Order: sequence, then structure tokens, then C-alpha cells
Amino acid sequence: MTTTDTAPAIVPSFDTASSQGRKLAIICSKGSLDMAYPGLILANAALGEGVETHMFFTFWGFDIINKQTMHDLKFTPLGNPATHMPQGLGGIPGITHMATSKLKKSIAELDVPEVPEFLEQIVASGGHLWACRMSADMNHLTEDDLYDEVEAIISASDFIEKTEGAQLLFI
Amino acid sequence: MPVTTIDSRPVHVDQEGFLTDPGEWDEDLATALAAQIGISLGEAHWKAIRFLREDFAARGETPTLRRVTVAGGIPTKELFTLFPQKPAKKLAYVAGLPKPHGCV
Repeated sequence: MTTTDTAPAIVPSFDTASSQGRKLAIICSKGSLDMAYPGLILANAALGEGVETHMFFTFWGFDIINKQTMHDLKFTPLGNPATHMPQGLGGIPGITHMATSKLKKSIAELDVPEVPEFLEQIVASGGHLWACRMSADMNHLTEDDLYDEVEAIISASDFIEKTEGAQLLFI
Repeated sequence: MPVTTIDSRPVHVDQEGFLTDPGEWDEDLATALAAQIGISLGEAHWKAIRFLREDFAARGETPTLRRVTVAGGIPTKELFTLFPQKPAKKLAYVAGLPKPHGCV
């Protein structure tokens, strides 16, 4: 296919009408290293496509934004048949530490940041971070205990209200 | 492969309009490409564009936004201001390079 000089230039349509006003809500409910990354990666990708993105951290997902735990999320092969390791090995002392180190290394090799730095990048890209009220109350945590860029601790209904019309991912 | 006319010269592009031959690019073309997507280039844009060109020449692939920030020293927030909404793709387009393939 060849265009002539009179044809309009072929230019990528970056700002199509259908992409305007698109919103994504991601609910992060798990606190293990392997369950934290999918939400972070998808949020980052959506922001890069100009999609307004809101992340809601609830239950175990609170570990991703808790200053005490966010640097130290873990991965365990125990109960995870997708590692294709004999399940008996999962309970041996030290296996979780080893599996975590290995996963962290694989992630770093791809030049993908660690959790706190990833959150920083998401916020710099315009992403919104929200913490779940019930999870905060259950764990006796306040905003001071959470990653500084978390905008607020809000109720589940507040989050649903804020993300009206959004596509939703529950992880 | 389509040929389109930008700034009164023919350039080879893919179906979307990204240049397929980085050798057809020069800084005058970048100004014209940017104008096509409504961006007027300032010094800050050029810093990002030049980093992209140099990094592509060195590594053979378009750097992701994260790499532009970490290795190119341009804050993510600034990239979103310079190339609004879809900074990685817009930057690659203006720099005459393929879209970045990395996820992050």
C-alpha cells in the first residue's frame, strides 16, 4: 500500500474519542509479592495509555502500602502448584526466603522497580492510591502508617462512588 | 509498507504511522511529526527525544518510559506534561522510532 502526495499523512490516532474519559479501578486484596505486581504493572500500563487509574488497597493488599511491610513482601511456593515444585518442599524453613529472593532477582533483571519505587512511579504518572477504611481499622493503622502518597483512607462505598463508570479489576 | 508524506518528504511508516526506518529521521522531521500530534517542541522535549535516539542506537530498542526516567534523568511527571496522555508512544513517534515493547 502506497499513498500519494495528495493523501493525508498517516498519523497515529493517539487521542481517539473512545479513549477519552476511560477509567480503571484496581482492587488489590493480596499482600504477597507475586500478587502485588499484576496490579502495579496494569496500573502503570493504563496510566501510560492515558487512562485515569485508581487503586484500592484492602485486606492483605494493605501490605503493599503499609510502610512496615511494603519493602518486604514475600513469595512462597507453598500452596502454589504453578511453581511445579513438590508441595512438601514448600514448608521447609528458608524456602520462602529463597523463593522471594529468586523472584525479586527475576523482576529486577527486567528493570522493573521494587514495590515502593513502583508506587512512586504510578503516582508520578497521575495514578490515585486509596486505602480501605475497614482494613485500617482492623489493623489499628492510620494514614501515618501508610505510604505517604496514599491520598486517603476511604470506605468501600466511597471507592465505588469515586470510580463510577470505571472498568474494574479485582486482584 | 505504506509511504506517507511528512514535511513534504516521503517516509516509510507502519500501519499506525510510526516510522519504520529510523535513518529517515532528522530533527526537522521531528518538528513536523510533533506538529502532526499537536505538540510544539521546546528544549525539554528535545532532551527526551535525543535520549531516545541515543538509547535506541546503543541498545536497538525503544526505551520504556521508566528507562527515560531512570537512565535519561527526566522525571516521569515531566514526561506526562511534555507528551500528554500517552508519553511513551508519543515520544517514540516524534523520535521516529517503533513503540516501546517493554511492559514497564
